[in-house]
Amino acid sequence: MTHIEKFSYDNKIVRDFGIATVIWGIVGMLIGLLAAIQLYEPAANLGNPYTTFGRIRPLHTNAVIFAFVGNAIFMGIYYSLQRLCKARMFSDVLSRLHFWGWQLIIVAAAVTLPLGITSSHEYAELEWPIDIAITLIWVIFGWNMFGTILRRREKHLYVAIWFYIATFVTVAVLHLVNSFQLPISFFKSYYWYSGVQDALVQWWYGHNAVAFFLTTPFLGLMYYYLPKAANRPVYSYKLSILHFWTLIFIYIWAGPHHLLYSSLPNWAQSLGTAFSIMLIAPSWGGMINGLLTLRGAWDRVREDAILKFFVVAVTAYGMATLEGPLLSLKNVNAIAHFTDWIVAHVHVGALGWNGLMTFAMLYWLAPKIYNTKLYSMKLANTHFWLATLGIAFYAIPMYWSGWQQGQMWKDFGPDGMLVYPEFIKTTLSIAPMHIMRSIGGTIYLTGVFVMAYNLYKTVKSGSLVANEAAEAAPLLKNENHGKEYWHRVIERKPTLMLVLSLIVIMIGGAVEMVPTFLIKSNVPTIAAVKPYTPLELEGRDLYIKEGCVGCHSQTVRPFRSETERYGEYSKAGEFVYDHPFLWGSKRTGPDLSREGTAKLFKQDSWHYYHLVKPSEMTQGSIMPPYPWLTKNELNTSQTVSKIKAMRTLGVPYPKDYENQALSDLKKQAEKIAANLKKEGVRNDDKSEVSPNMEVIALIAYLQRLGTDITKSEKTNP
Amino acid sequence: MFKQFISGVEGMDQYLIFSMIVFIVFFVGVLIYVVRMTKEEVDVLSNIPLTDKETDCHE
Repeated sequence: MTHIEKFSYDNKIVRDFGIATVIWGIVGMLIGLLAAIQLYEPAANLGNPYTTFGRIRPLHTNAVIFAFVGNAIFMGIYYSLQRLCKARMFSDVLSRLHFWGWQLIIVAAAVTLPLGITSSHEYAELEWPIDIAITLIWVIFGWNMFGTILRRREKHLYVAIWFYIATFVTVAVLHLVNSFQLPISFFKSYYWYSGVQDALVQWWYGHNAVAFFLTTPFLGLMYYYLPKAANRPVYSYKLSILHFWTLIFIYIWAGPHHLLYSSLPNWAQSLGTAFSIMLIAPSWGGMINGLLTLRGAWDRVREDAILKFFVVAVTAYGMATLEGPLLSLKNVNAIAHFTDWIVAHVHVGALGWNGLMTFAMLYWLAPKIYNTKLYSMKLANTHFWLATLGIAFYAIPMYWSGWQQGQMWKDFGPDGMLVYPEFIKTTLSIAPMHIMRSIGGTIYLTGVFVMAYNLYKTVKSGSLVANEAAEAAPLLKNENHGKEYWHRVIERKPTLMLVLSLIVIMIGGAVEMVPTFLIKSNVPTIAAVKPYTPLELEGRDLYIKEGCVGCHSQTVRPFRSETERYGEYSKAGEFVYDHPFLWGSKRTGPDLSREGTAKLFKQDSWHYYHLVKPSEMTQGSIMPPYPWLTKNELNTSQTVSKIKAMRTLGVPYPKDYENQALSDLKKQAEKIAANLKKEGVRNDDKSEVSPNMEVIALIAYLQRLGTDITKSEKTNP
Repeated sequence: MFKQFISGVEGMDQYLIFSMIVFIVFFVGVLIYVVRMTKEEVDVLSNIPLTDKETDCHE
């Protein structure tokens, strides 16, 4: 008989991550609501840059993904990992460092994003010093997790732990590859890659952030908490093995489906589509396994709010993972991309799958670690209905709106002309749906407040079991396992599991990226495409700072409906000097990649007035006003280093051009200021527009957009 | 409909074929393992989360 060891589980760290989950959930959703209201009431930007859509949209996504869902992941893992390993977390110090480090990163994001400090890559907007902090904290998390696994008293690694390991290793790779940046100052950097390559890396990251931050950790959590809540083992353990390996293998390939009809090489787009369709199988494997775990327990689902949350969460996962592959079909994507359909899709995933799973875990965990009963099952049921209705009220108007706008963009009359050549008409037609969406969001958020109250009362009725006593026999060394299958060996060897997961996810990334980076013909160059002037470069950085990319795409797809509206479709060679690429993923406003061309020509004065008072130039415009651009002087203190950095990245500025950059910048700015004067533009206080203002640089950039290619169509090869 | 997925991939189709072969080999490998698992093994593994409070002796 083996000696039994006594030890304790750390519940305090679970409690801490739980509190952070609830607080950041409320914060992230409130910011989302504020952003949503601005889409029909621009004045809700509160009249200042810090709370304007372009800056708070990334704050919302980061807060919800990394703060709300992130803390929920850690809460769920820290509780389940200890039990599944029959061991306390490896180090209390690492647990605390992980907790406080993660919260500090969130605070850093909450400060820098409203200040306009952003790299512009979606879901990776944080600047390089914060990227380094994320790397360090992630390593601490992995160290703590692996330490625990290595010290475990349970021979086998339960399937949930595989998902945790795959999450750790893949997020590490994604974060590193997508953070190759050249710093210019403490708060500014340029991405190493440009144009098409940057787009491919970003969407490889963006897609797999969904896969390995919002999906795999939650599947792991599902495999622990759902059997616990239902008190029965998972439906099919064999299915869980099959779906784990196929899911992590296939997911990594599917990123290019975010770039269909763009100038990404066609073969990469096809690869993305094919693997996206294949993804249905492992995704549904997970959903079916989750739902069938409740077989024979459906009577309990009627009473138990926690099980209800699980059922709708897993169903939402199934819906979103069927919809995702369908959206990857080129013919569906042609309608849905850039519209609210995508917003509906991600919110079914985020509110349904991640949100409801998190609520279920919180309701299940709080009474456990406080050694008490849930304060009110009735309130939990109320929350369930508020959440479910909230999702419906959110998603249905967004599907409607996405379909409607997508159709209006493509609508040709019998005369062969666009029926809605003015973009604003399509925007105004969907305003009622945006109002309904924010009502749906409010209902969902109300449910979260109900939960916070319920959890507070629960916690008050018990006391935290900070160190929960447990006992188990230690693992025997040199056990003779006899002849075994390879997977049984892997199941006992976490390091081997990590290496295998790494290899599996690297295959897809390598096949897609290496050719695009190495084979010249993948990005045909265009002789007429020249680097930005210093003023345009500064204007481009303002465009990034204000988050214009959140609402305006910069890529024209090869559809007649788009070439009629915007002009020539986009070519890969046009973006070779774009560090980072700014193609965007949503057209709340029109595409801007041909903004400076003769077809769309607007005078400098139009741009000036449009930036200051958009609704006066375009009636009904929901673009926020940017009066501060006319009041802030352009900061040119980094212009020289920016030119040097761009040259390091391969942009062919002539030798020593940086010495001349500032005088060129001044000349171009004076020319635009003179144009504005000639066109009769005056500031609000009737003064002339100074060439030193930020607005001048932004106008220079907007007037440059898309003009290169109209000069010459010569391509090489 | 299928035509539009394979048009423009001339010269790069070896990547598509390579991808498919790698996946099939991988999938078949996992499938063979899963099929060969015994019911006893599966029962032990799938009950791990439900044995929290119990002591476990490795005899």
